[in-house]
Amino acid sequence: MQEKTVNHKAWFLVLPVLVLVAFSAVIPLMTVVNYSIQDTFGNNQFFWVGLEWFEEMLASDRMWNALGRQLLFSGIILAIEIPLGIFIALNMPKRGFWASFCLVLMSLPLLIPWNVVGTIWQIFGRVDIGLLGYTLKAIGVDYNYTNDALDAWITVIVMDVWHWTSLVALLAYAGLQSIPDAYYQAAKIDQASRWSVFRYIELPKMAGVLMIAILLRFMDSFMIYTEPFVVTGGGPGNATTFLSIDLVKMATGQFDLGPAAAFSLMYFLVILLISWVFYTVMTNLDRREG
Amino acid sequence: MTDATTTLAPAADRARPRIRVKGSAIVMTLYLIFMLLPIYWLINMSLKTNAEILGAFSLWPRNLTFQNYVTILTDPSWYMGYVNSLIYVVMNTVISVTVALPAAYAFSRYRFMGDKHLFFWLLTNRMAPPAVFALPFFQLYSSVGLFDTHIAVALAHCLFNVPLAVWILEGFMRGVPKEIDETAYIDGYSFPHFFVKIFMPLIASGIGVAAFFCFMFSWVELLLSRTLTSVDAKPIASTMTRTVSASGLDWGVLAAAGVLTIVPGALVIYFVRNYIAKGFALGRV
Repeated sequence: MQEKTVNHKAWFLVLPVLVLVAFSAVIPLMTVVNYSIQDTFGNNQFFWVGLEWFEEMLASDRMWNALGRQLLFSGIILAIEIPLGIFIALNMPKRGFWASFCLVLMSLPLLIPWNVVGTIWQIFGRVDIGLLGYTLKAIGVDYNYTNDALDAWITVIVMDVWHWTSLVALLAYAGLQSIPDAYYQAAKIDQASRWSVFRYIELPKMAGVLMIAILLRFMDSFMIYTEPFVVTGGGPGNATTFLSIDLVKMATGQFDLGPAAAFSLMYFLVILLISWVFYTVMTNLDRREG
Repeated sequence: MTDATTTLAPAADRARPRIRVKGSAIVMTLYLIFMLLPIYWLINMSLKTNAEILGAFSLWPRNLTFQNYVTILTDPSWYMGYVNSLIYVVMNTVISVTVALPAAYAFSRYRFMGDKHLFFWLLTNRMAPPAVFALPFFQLYSSVGLFDTHIAVALAHCLFNVPLAVWILEGFMRGVPKEIDETAYIDGYSFPHFFVKIFMPLIASGIGVAAFFCFMFSWVELLLSRTLTSVDAKPIASTMTRTVSASGLDWGVLAAAGVLTIVPGALVIYFVRNYIAKGFALGRV
């Protein structure tokens, strides 16, 4: 990497970003902090309650259950999407027309508005008019994602795999593209098996981008809202009520501002922690490459 | 394949690449079918009448109809949703890329007080769950009288798009040798002149990619845009949710509206196909 010069005047170049992001991030965040330590009887009368809301939320089953469901969901989709994405990347054409063809078609789900993704799967899974639901019913599977918690989970997971596996595959593919041909030739001379080529050449070279893929998928699945909301609305019961869905329900549905704000802040702290891991990985990666 | 390797060891070496290519073609075909099937189903439904959707199950439209698209393109409450979405998305893209350019330059070229903390803080905003910000945004923009305007949504989306643009542009800018800057200064270029005339053409592809990703993430987001609008700036995404919850009957129109939201992304994806991994990884691949 090139040596950077020390120049504190560079602050002026960053200033517009700082002002804009402060307006759209710091002010709202302070509002949340404000709510989290106060209670209200309406009429804009607030009074100080200290850390009561935090204690209440930490003691409530509701938040822990949502967190548990969230972690389970993120864990499952990572366990499916990462290996599948690597597998797809290994099978992609290396160059030429078919490589572009695959890249374009695979990227398609990534560019669909999230609620449309939800709509697509909502329709696709319906037993009366959807291809998936109808086919499953026709071969005798008792499938109904609106009534059965397990079916709802499967639908949401398959939807997420459909939506995001391509991202993992694209990142892994980008990692594979950076491997010089000479490595493969050397492996061929050594008569390395397909597995050892993967294990000792491709996997180490992909490690950096895979780390990014894992973190990105973990983060984004951790904040998932729109897609399951459209498909299942958090139901049946609370079966697919993930953190964001629960939070929005609490804040706008029941208008419990205090607890919702305390919930938000703890949610945000978790995200902050993961962001830090992400940042460390990214900057280490930059250093290694430079 | 294992049989071939054990019995015909010398021949296997020549045969293996051919077999492997075939295997991967099958894998890719299956995967692409999995990708495209739900989208095909949406298109299929958008070309049917409601009677056919609910009445008979068919893999392709028997009575091909474009009525659903006609409904959307002639009814202002539908097509204004697209117009509204496009207005705030374009506003957001312009704002994000404009403010991100100088900042990314600063991060890629200079070391200054607090630069690393600032860079990290930007990232946390990209990663912040919109659900946390929905309610405060609503109150903030209501109190300054911006509720239900396009600029409110555009500014709200800056929350995650400005950091994204800064990160992507920084990734591209570090690839430009520093000697170019120094030569330009020696030649007597002022900073703004150099930046616009020399530097920006050099990272044109980076600007394009950053703009594409801002456009995309603003286009796909629903939670904030729905919270911040009611009538005048209502995005298409939110028009669709209304139809789902209210009637649940007009499947054909719903499907057609969905297909039309896929079109903008599908049109430009060809141009960024080689950069799409870089964009999703915030400029770091």
